[in-house]
Amino acid sequence: MSVLVTDKGFSPLPELPSSGVADLAHTDDPAALDLAGLTLIRVHVPAFSDGRGFTIGRRLRMLGYTGELRAVGPIIADQYPMARRVGFDAVEIPDEMAARQPEAQWLNRANWQAHDYQARLKA
Amino acid sequence: MYSYSDFDEAFVRARVAQFTDQVERRLDGSLTEDEFRPLRLMNGLYLQLHAYMLRVAIPYGTISPRQMRQLALIADTWDKGYGHFTTRQNIQFNWPKLPDVPAILTALADVEMHAIQTSGNCVRNVTADHFAGAAADEIEDPRPYAELLRQWSTDHPEFQFLPRKFKIAITGAPNDRAVTKAHDIGLRMVKNAAGEVGFEVIVGGGLGRTPMVGMVVRDFLPVEDLLPYVEAVLSVYNVLGRRDNKYKARIKITLHETGKAEITRMVEERFAELKPLFGGNDQKLLADIREAFALPAFRDAPTAAYDAFYKADPVFRAWADTNLAQHRNDQYAIVTVSIKAHGQTPGDATSDQMRLLADLAETYGHADLRISHEQNVILPHVHKSDLPAVHAALVKAGLGTANVGLISDIIACPGMDYCALATARAIPVAQEIATRFNDLKLEHDIGPLKIKISGCINACGHHHVGHIGILGLDRAGVENYQITLGGDGSEDATIGEKTGPGFAYDQVVPAIERIVLAYLDLRQSPEETFLQAYRRVGVGPFKTALYEAGERDAA
Repeated sequence: MSVLVTDKGFSPLPELPSSGVADLAHTDDPAALDLAGLTLIRVHVPAFSDGRGFTIGRRLRMLGYTGELRAVGPIIADQYPMARRVGFDAVEIPDEMAARQPEAQWLNRANWQAHDYQARLKA
Repeated sequence: MYSYSDFDEAFVRARVAQFTDQVERRLDGSLTEDEFRPLRLMNGLYLQLHAYMLRVAIPYGTISPRQMRQLALIADTWDKGYGHFTTRQNIQFNWPKLPDVPAILTALADVEMHAIQTSGNCVRNVTADHFAGAAADEIEDPRPYAELLRQWSTDHPEFQFLPRKFKIAITGAPNDRAVTKAHDIGLRMVKNAAGEVGFEVIVGGGLGRTPMVGMVVRDFLPVEDLLPYVEAVLSVYNVLGRRDNKYKARIKITLHETGKAEITRMVEERFAELKPLFGGNDQKLLADIREAFALPAFRDAPTAAYDAFYKADPVFRAWADTNLAQHRNDQYAIVTVSIKAHGQTPGDATSDQMRLLADLAETYGHADLRISHEQNVILPHVHKSDLPAVHAALVKAGLGTANVGLISDIIACPGMDYCALATARAIPVAQEIATRFNDLKLEHDIGPLKIKISGCINACGHHHVGHIGILGLDRAGVENYQITLGGDGSEDATIGEKTGPGFAYDQVVPAIERIVLAYLDLRQSPEETFLQAYRRVGVGPFKTALYEAGERDAA
């Protein structure tokens, strides 16, 4: 099972909608995805140390995707601001991770909009 | 020089708090060792052979007297009273204790410094020409662009977990003192036909186990396109770079495997997408940064006393001939302070020496100091009339060595004395070469000659681009030193050529001596440098001197 992490903290993973959902692997090219009708894209990250998902998330936003975007995998709390800044709305983490890095550690990084050089440089 | 904005200040303080928290979360088990490792690396904390090592960034090599004094204080308070200047314009403290690191980072933040992204698989400290803003041959001071890149790369959310480390170097002068062609991205300032300033963008250079000279992917990049273009290169690399083999993960391999034409096409395509996302504030910030790097108010005073002293004092003259470079203002000189006293560890400075350098910069040098990738310290703006006083003070502090650019001005990695990766000693080899040629009193006669020594195949000592390169390896438990010749880190970047079988530790200094004596024999005149002579005659005569003339203990 997994836990959904947003700026508000942990919540149980809601059931996935029956349509409009796409799953992307860390090796997939987001440009090859037909974005029409999609309301949720889940980008799967195999390991916290594999940073490809950050570029995939960013590219999806650059391609004009405005629906919900989640990173799925063993992401660590320290990466939460990075995920949010490149365009993810939330991350889905395994229960093991949620137990080891409890909610407070994620809430501690929920201020991801502060101290963001990119937002400043790209304004 | 640049001074932190409120934004920078708040960022660095927040970052110290985050790292302090990460250390605690490692100790309470929230973070596994595997998870903690990249976090401590991106905060400059490295695990070495005997202890942790903290690598502090000196962005684009520029440091103020106040910052230098703080480094001295850190060395005295939390380390063993010295620091080590590195080939990437960082300073390393070799003996910090993990619980002290947050306090050290706070002390750094107090003087607008940090250790962010000096290690790990992210964009590293951006390096620049150490003569920037002072050199006579410069188109424009590259440091405002380097500072812009520092801000852009700091905590960039997309690029903190790259396939491998990523190094950027920038120069504003046609004479490349920043080794731009041996970096993941090298930026060389150029002018186009219309006289506008831009960058030649070089990608895929690097040393390490697969040395490559970078390729030009863009002949002319307008300066205002710098960030979107660099971001495009990183974005393409983050997806394409190999993650299955760390030895094939650098962008030089990506470039080689994908091909320059295809990479260039992908980068240009990504650049076109990214450029509109920059709303113009980067250029406003750049304008502010430029103002911070305005030239100091140069003094207008006679230099006749300098000329007289130069004629009268042979010791001063020898130093002036090697350690001074031409300044953009004729009354001034650029002083390179050698941190390579014969027999000492290249790049190591004591806290007392750091304080003296800070004092000299304040009294005589418009409060400006630089660290060079050749592990020396620069006083970039000294009026010629002050040079005798500066020299006298340096000599008193053991910093008056007249050897910049000569055979004892050696780059050496820490090697087996400190580094967990090393396969051989590097520092003692450098010390012995320096001592030997000092004893022979041949150093000044030999003239310009760059020796660079690495203690393992990762090539932190830049041996591939040494006129003479020395690579220490481990052959069945015995140190063995391979020699390369003809390497060059300048605008004519060249990877050195292997001479043949390597030499045992006690044979490497005699081998270097045979090479140098062969050069003295075959040069056409004292003006023909080692590198020029090598390019004229090739490796042949040197091989003969190495392997046939002398006795050989090759493995």
